[in-house]
Amino acid sequence: MCTRAVGALSRFFEEEGVPTTGISLVRLHTEKIKPPRALWVPFELGRPLGMPDDPAFQKRVMVAALKLLEAPAGPLIEDFPEDVPASTEEVITLACPVNFAQATVASEDAEQLHESLKSEIACLRAWYDIAVERRGRTTVGSSGLDVAAIGDLIYSFLQTGKLESPRNDIPPTNLLKLASDDFKAYYFEAITAQPGQEYASSQALTDWFWDETVAGKVMMAIKNKYENSEDRALRGAARGFLVPREVARLRKR
Amino acid sequence: MVRLEKLSEEERKHLVEAECPTYDMRPWVEGPPLNQRRVALVSAAGLHRRSDRPFTRDTGDYYRVIPGNVKGDELVMTHLSINFDRSGFQQDLNVIFPVDRLRELAKEGVIGSVADFHYSFMGAHEPKNIEKQAREVAVLLKKDKVDAVLLLPV
Amino acid sequence: MPTFNTFPWVKGPPLSERRVAIITMAGLHRPEDRPFTRDSGDYYRIIPGNVKSSDLIMSHVSLSFDRSGFQQDWNVVFPIDRLRELADEGIIGSVADYHYSFMGADDPLKWEQQGRFLSGLLKKDKVDGVLLIPI
Repeated sequence: MCTRAVGALSRFFEEEGVPTTGISLVRLHTEKIKPPRALWVPFELGRPLGMPDDPAFQKRVMVAALKLLEAPAGPLIEDFPEDVPASTEEVITLACPVNFAQATVASEDAEQLHESLKSEIACLRAWYDIAVERRGRTTVGSSGLDVAAIGDLIYSFLQTGKLESPRNDIPPTNLLKLASDDFKAYYFEAITAQPGQEYASSQALTDWFWDETVAGKVMMAIKNKYENSEDRALRGAARGFLVPREVARLRKR
Repeated sequence: MVRLEKLSEEERKHLVEAECPTYDMRPWVEGPPLNQRRVALVSAAGLHRRSDRPFTRDTGDYYRVIPGNVKGDELVMTHLSINFDRSGFQQDLNVIFPVDRLRELAKEGVIGSVADFHYSFMGAHEPKNIEKQAREVAVLLKKDKVDAVLLLPV
Repeated sequence: MPTFNTFPWVKGPPLSERRVAIITMAGLHRPEDRPFTRDSGDYYRIIPGNVKSSDLIMSHVSLSFDRSGFQQDWNVVFPIDRLRELADEGIIGSVADYHYSFMGADDPLKWEQQGRFLSGLLKKDKVDGVLLIPI
């Protein structure tokens, strides 16, 4: 929906006298809103510049968008002529000795599930550390919680449906959202640091997280357990904060 | 995607049926050549510095200021939607917020200069709700002598 | 001691064309890495191929082996400097991007899955020669 917001912002700024140009991901929305200048790109939602770690590609997109500022008249939508290079669809190796057979959420041994989750988090840490070192940054940290604490929080939320927020400045359901974003970021940053995963597609990464990891199974189980709860806040969090819409739809029980 | 034909029917429907405002005005501001422009980035990705408050659904909580000299490690994303890819951003900030590329373009003389401040909105709000604050940001951009804004969706 | 009934054997190109990784059981890591713990899942550290042996430290939890040898020279347990020299001399093809250091005090039976997962990572690094070093 952000292409909508971007189109509207572009108009508001321009009306106030500031020249604007923008990237459009959803061409249809741009055609309706008609901002002054837009470069439509064929990339997936979440990747307006196209490719991570490909500065030359990113710069071509940027210059094409900025060049529209020199166009004689508008509103105009130009199409960017390139698509992203093919990425790797190969199944990813999770280098962790977690026994998935034991880690089913239906298992009566809940403690085993918790142990598997903790073990998985610990096992990815070496790759996460390498990732942070190599990139000089991490996107983990918006919840302010340590990743091991997030694992415990999410596990206990599955069991109880209650969230004891360790932070009193953030309402519990907001904290669940931030914690689950941090959790996913930790896993994705770690796995993309492994050899051969630099060009893994977002689809391959998504499939890996939701089908191969204990974390994905626990988060999916929270959604399944509470999405029809009588408690409105709980129901909302279970539906909207953990599992992407398309992921849930494709994996319906 | 956004090649709509590549999406599942459900996701396509979600985008096609999204209500888009239409407007009668056709604003168009002229400016100098690109190599003399001062450029700011405005992202709709819900980005902010680690030390800033996370975005909420609260009325009025629509944007954060990002200093022009921001370091990549300072930025996190707390956009409320979980329905777009974040893995590109996790690997490389510039996929969503190309601030390194912008600095390179300034160094190469392709653009004139980089603004002192960039902005990030959280794009899940309805366009009509963010209008007032957007106009306030426009005033701030002008004070920063910005005469080119690059708008970035997610 | 576990016993095995199969005898795996993989062929490859001549040594001068092989890409080699070292796996050590010495619990070595770089000073900025987290020390080893006894936590489940905390089994190995990643050692980038460009690391200098003199930059490594050890946090192996076992006290029952001699440490004086490698305190003088880590190449005694993790010959990464020698490996790079062998690559320069053309005796091996190249040095892998990543090497792995385990803390070998664990139960060997738990190692099967780790070994299988790790072999996937080694293959992605295009490694076709692994040098395993105990302690």
